[in-house]
Amino acid sequence: MSPRHTAVPAESTTPEPTRSEPTRPERTTTATGLAPGESRVGTLPPLPTWNPLTLWYSDGWTVTKRNLIKIKRSPDVLVFAVIQPIMFVLLFSQVYGGAIAVQGSDYTQFLMAGIFAQTVVFGATFSGAAMALDLKEGIIDRFRSLPMNASAVLIGRTNGDLVLNTISMVIMMATGLAVGWRVTSSPLEFLAGVGLLLLFGYAFSWVMALLGMSVKSPEVINNASFLILFPLTFVSNAFVPSETLPTVLRVFAEWNPVSSLVQAVRQLFGNLGTAPVPDIWTMQNPVLTVLIGITVMLLVFVPLCIRKFASISSR
Amino acid sequence: MIIEAQGLTKTYQSKTGPVHALAGLDLQVPRGTVKALLGPNGAGKTTVVKMLTTLIRPDAGTAVIDGIDVVRHPKSVRRIIGVSGQYAAVDENLTGFENLEMVGRLYHLGGAAARKRAQELIDLFELTAAGNRPVRGFSGGMRRRIDLAGALVINPKVLFLDEPTTGLDPRSRIALWDVIKRLVADGTTVLLTTQYLEEADQLADDIVVIDDGRVIAEGTSDQLKAQIGGHRVVVALVDAADGAAARDVLARYGSGNPSVSTDGRGVEVAVTDGPTALQNMLADLRAAQINLHDAGMRRPTLDDVFLKLTGHKADLSATGDDPDADGSKLSKRAQAKQVQARAAKTEMADLEKMK
Repeated sequence: MSPRHTAVPAESTTPEPTRSEPTRPERTTTATGLAPGESRVGTLPPLPTWNPLTLWYSDGWTVTKRNLIKIKRSPDVLVFAVIQPIMFVLLFSQVYGGAIAVQGSDYTQFLMAGIFAQTVVFGATFSGAAMALDLKEGIIDRFRSLPMNASAVLIGRTNGDLVLNTISMVIMMATGLAVGWRVTSSPLEFLAGVGLLLLFGYAFSWVMALLGMSVKSPEVINNASFLILFPLTFVSNAFVPSETLPTVLRVFAEWNPVSSLVQAVRQLFGNLGTAPVPDIWTMQNPVLTVLIGITVMLLVFVPLCIRKFASISSR
Repeated sequence: MIIEAQGLTKTYQSKTGPVHALAGLDLQVPRGTVKALLGPNGAGKTTVVKMLTTLIRPDAGTAVIDGIDVVRHPKSVRRIIGVSGQYAAVDENLTGFENLEMVGRLYHLGGAAARKRAQELIDLFELTAAGNRPVRGFSGGMRRRIDLAGALVINPKVLFLDEPTTGLDPRSRIALWDVIKRLVADGTTVLLTTQYLEEADQLADDIVVIDDGRVIAEGTSDQLKAQIGGHRVVVALVDAADGAAARDVLARYGSGNPSVSTDGRGVEVAVTDGPTALQNMLADLRAAQINLHDAGMRRPTLDDVFLKLTGHKADLSATGDDPDADGSKLSKRAQAKQVQARAAKTEMADLEKMK
C-alpha cells in the first residue's frame, strides 16, 4: 500500500448503497454500472506508488518545467531580463563612469559587483508578479484543488527566477568584460561569488513571492516592489562608496544586506582595489554576513510562503 | 449521499460591516446525480464550491465528500474530485496538451500515464487541431474545454463545475452543455453552479435555489415550476401603443395581474384554463384591432419560480415599465449585479433565438 493511501482512512468506509438512490430514469449506465478501474471517459491509468520524497521532487520539477516553458514562450520576460542588465552596465560604466571617481579602483571594476547584486535582487520581482498573476487568473485555485505538495508551486516559481537570473548573469558578465571589467581572483573564488549572488536572489524570491500572494492585484506588486527595491539597491555601496553618503544613509547602507552582498562579491571577484573597507563587522565579514542573511531569509520566508499558499484563493 | 454538507457558514469583513457569504447552508447530493446550485451573483454559489473543494475553510458547519471530511482531510478529498472554475484556470503559455499533462503529473499519474491521458482528453474534447498550440491563442470556449478536461484527468468521483459557461457565446455554451451531458450520462456525480435558469433546467436532476447564502427552495425543475402552477399566455404586440389595451384584454381572462415587458410590446399573464383563455384573448384582441407579432402559451420557467420565491427576478433586474425606478435605493453591489445580470439575460435571449 502506498503512503498516499494510508492517509485516507475515510475512503475505506462502507460505500453508500447507491442502488437505492434516485437516478434519472433515462440513465441506463450509472457509476456503479462500471467495473472497478474502468473509466467513464477513456481509460484511467493506475496510480504508481511513490514515496513522499519522490512525490515532492516530482511536483516541484513539474511546476518548474511549467515556468521554464513560460520563459521560453514569453520573449518579453527574457528580453527584459537580458536587456536591462546590459543597459545598466553600459549606462553606469560609460555615462556616469567618467564623472564618478572611486578611491583605489577603476569605476568599472567597482561598479560590476553592484550591478550583479542589483540584477539578482530585481530578478526576484518576477516571483512576486507571477504569484499575483496566477492568483488572479485562478491557476492557484487549480493547483490547490490537486493532491500535490503545497510547496511545489513556490519551488517551481523560485526555480524559474533562478534560471532567469543565471541567464542575466551570463549576459552581464559578457557585457562587463567588453567594457573592461576583469576578475582578478581564483576560479574557485569567482564561482563562489556567482553562487552567492544566485543564492541571495533565490532566497529573496521567496520574500517577493510572499508579497505577491499578499497583494490585491498584480498591478500593486510592481509598485510595491519598486518602493522596496530602489532604496535597498541604491542606498548601498553598489554604485558609490558608502562613505560618501550623509550619516543616516551611510549607516543604512552599511547595514543594508545588499551592501554586504556587493562587498562579498567584490572581495570574491578581486574587485576591491586598494580602498579601505569600512570598520563595520558586516563589511569586514561580508561573505559570512550574506550567508547568514540567506539562511535567515529562507528559514523565515519559506514556511511563511507555504502557510500563505495553503489559504489563498482567487477573489 | 456522496456530498453531505451541514450548516456551512462564511462571513467576510468589509468596510461596511460583516458580509454573510453563507449563512448556514445545508446540501445533500446523492451519488450519480447532477445537482445545480442556482442563484444570482453574490448568492454564495462559488463560496460553497470553494469550501467543498478545500480551497476555503468554513467558519462553521461540516462538509463530507464520499465519507471524507473536507476540513480535516483536504488532501484525500483532492484525490477524488475534479474542479472546473468560473475562470478557465489554464496556463496561457502552455499548450492544451502541456496543461493537461501537468495536471496529470500533479495528480501523480506518472509521466507516461499523464501524457497518455492528456492525449485521450484532447481527442475526446475534439481539441486535436489546437492541442499543440499555446492556450493564449484559444477562444473562450476552447479554454473552457481544456479547463473542463483538466477536471477530468482522474475520472473524479465528484465533478464540481462553477459557472461552467459564464461569459461564453451561445454557440460555445451549447457545445459545452453537450460535453457535460455526455459525462452526466455516464453517471459522474456533478455539482454545478449557475445563474442561468436554462442551464440548470438542461443539465440537472435536482435544483437548489440559493439567495443570500441560504437555500430558499429545492426540488426538480418540474417540482419548482409546479409551485407556481398553470400556464402563461404571452403576446407580442406590433405597436407598443397598444400595450394598455392589450393588458386590459389579458387581465379579463387571466388569473393574475398581467406584466408588460420593458419595451412595452410583450404582455404576459398567468391563466388557469390555458387554451380557452388564449382563444378568448385572441378574439378580443382582434375585435380591438390590436395587431400581434406573436401569441402563445408557455409553461412557467424557473425565472417565474425565482420571482415568486425571492420577490425579485433571478437576474435582479426590475420587470416594471421603468427598470431603474428603484435604482437609487440599491447599493453599488446590487447595481453592479443588475448590470451583469442584464447582460446574462441578453445572452440567454440570444440563445433562445438560436434554438
